[in-house]
Amino acid sequence: MAYALQQLVNGLTLGMIYGLIAVGYTMVYGIIGMINFAHGDVFMIGAFIGIIVITALSGITAVPLGLLAALIISAALCGLYGFSIERVAYRPLRGSFRLAPLISAIGMSILLENYVQTSQGALERAIPNLIPGGITLMRQDGFAVQLTWMQIAIMAVTLVVLAVFTYIVTKTPLGRAMRAVEQDAKMAALLGIDTNRTISTTFIIGSALAAMAGVMFLLYYGVIDFYIGFNAGIKAFTAAVLGGIGSLPGAVLGGLLIGLIEAFWSGYATVAYKDAAVYSILAIVLMFMPSGLLGRHEVEKV
Amino acid sequence: MRKILLSTAALLAFGTGLAQAQVKIGLAGPLTGANAAFGVQMKTGADLAVQDINKAGGVLGQQIQEVTIDDACDPKTAVSAANTLVSDGVVMVDGHFCSASSIPASKVYSDNGILEISPASTNPAYTDEGTAFTFRTCGRDDQQGKVAAEYIADHFKDAKIAVLDDNSTYGKGIADQVRANLAKLGVPIAYNTSYTAGDKDYSALISRMKQQGITLVYIGGYYSDSGLILRQGAAQGFTPQYVSEDAAVTAALWQIAGPTAEGMLMTFPPPAEKDPAAAKVVAELAALKEDPTGYVLYSYATIQIWAEAAQKAGSTDPSKVAAELKSGGPWASVLGPVSFDAKGDVVNAAYAIYKWHNGNYAVSALKP
Repeated sequence: MAYALQQLVNGLTLGMIYGLIAVGYTMVYGIIGMINFAHGDVFMIGAFIGIIVITALSGITAVPLGLLAALIISAALCGLYGFSIERVAYRPLRGSFRLAPLISAIGMSILLENYVQTSQGALERAIPNLIPGGITLMRQDGFAVQLTWMQIAIMAVTLVVLAVFTYIVTKTPLGRAMRAVEQDAKMAALLGIDTNRTISTTFIIGSALAAMAGVMFLLYYGVIDFYIGFNAGIKAFTAAVLGGIGSLPGAVLGGLLIGLIEAFWSGYATVAYKDAAVYSILAIVLMFMPSGLLGRHEVEKV
Repeated sequence: MRKILLSTAALLAFGTGLAQAQVKIGLAGPLTGANAAFGVQMKTGADLAVQDINKAGGVLGQQIQEVTIDDACDPKTAVSAANTLVSDGVVMVDGHFCSASSIPASKVYSDNGILEISPASTNPAYTDEGTAFTFRTCGRDDQQGKVAAEYIADHFKDAKIAVLDDNSTYGKGIADQVRANLAKLGVPIAYNTSYTAGDKDYSALISRMKQQGITLVYIGGYYSDSGLILRQGAAQGFTPQYVSEDAAVTAALWQIAGPTAEGMLMTFPPPAEKDPAAAKVVAELAALKEDPTGYVLYSYATIQIWAEAAQKAGSTDPSKVAAELKSGGPWASVLGPVSFDAKGDVVNAAYAIYKWHNGNYAVSALKP
């Protein structure tokens, strides 16, 4: 029981990070129908901005203030990255054939990776654990269930960020515009919605979320390199597909599920095949629910 | 004007070509990616060796030109890196680092008749399946794994042992050697598993080991992963005795794991930097503010030994040098005298046990 609880904690923390990245994938897919492969790399850049800010502020300000600054600065700068990426790599290709922006996205992903590799170096960068310690949830047969402050912080920040984000999408004029563009961009434009602006805003918000996920990844694992965006991006993309690409709650659900599958598979079956387990479950779900767990059935627009 | 410039340039190029005959050698290792710290060690050693040899007049009067290439410890990249070096016309390659890179690359070098001397690839298959052109200046994992297993059996007889590997050619290779040797010594292993190299989250694996009451963890894998296991283990209050191998012998491990690496044990060849034969080179490295530990001196010795053998063979032709390397030893090097057996392995390679303490590692036992 205690052991299962510990694996639940492990899985939820991992799943929160996946979910936060997956939201960005699913938003962009929902609004312009393309997979933004550079999204994982924005996450990686977010982590790097985080480490730069934290290193610069260490010793000057208190730790919580430094972390808050890292989150905000990283989100702001990555929002700028997201905006520029869309402007440079995707907008000129919007009227082009379907695969063009996809290839452009892959190119953008490689460009960002190499840019960070040359500017920040190929070696790993590490920071010490800034919020050490935690609480023991329960003890059973000598097994202590640990919930670290860092895990609590990750869950809390993710929940707050997602709550704010859900509010934006469901209750504000901007959210309404986003949903309108998602349903039918041409009609939305005819009704006076500035589609270009809405799409740009979507990229900015999605990238800011990825940046926050990046900073939390940095804080939780303490080690980053220019390549972390690839693996995390693939897992988050899988989460978005599992939850139903285009669906925001689906992305979070997918992320949590993948985190939990990884933790419980490693905990009770074999550590070696946890990725195989994740992708097998994805395949099985897609066989029976082709649009994912919470995805809407795609109606062909004629 | 343009014509004059061009012809001057051509003359200059021709002129330098005439003035200095050059022989090209390759350095192939992970200069990017998770094992980049080791690639940097190799390059530091190789750069200095080339500089020293060139200063002393080169090999057979030819200056050595070093061609550096990155294989990122990826087998596919390693093969294309090998092909690039072949087309560059190198006669010898100092590399690669990871066994999973060295083994596929060795086919390319052998097919093209180029020497490959690895300073670091310890998987037995590297020379077992190698050809007359395949050498290494480090030991083999069947030697290294045995030393680790005997040390564990002697000092941690009652520990509850877990043996992990990262599923790479090297990591799984050495972990399997440890498993086999522990079995031979009658030491039971409570938990065996593989993890995926490059993974960042080991919390589930750690909880599992913690639940089983594991008190000693052997890790066959590279520092970037083992460092994370140590760090995440401590966060969950799991602090067993860790034992690892030569892929953890870098300051980068401490950077990742921090104080959680305190007391971790590793197997690595005896400290070459303490050998009197290395004193001069260690001083040169100190002047450059470079750390002489890890694979720096192994990479230095690789080029040094090759240069000596070429000098003695009177040719840089790889097949002549290969024959000379095996028959003409022992070779004086910064590692002390080195001889090669028929397979291209170092004769009597030794392993020592190192221990991490306060950000540094040092020998804790020379013999198990």
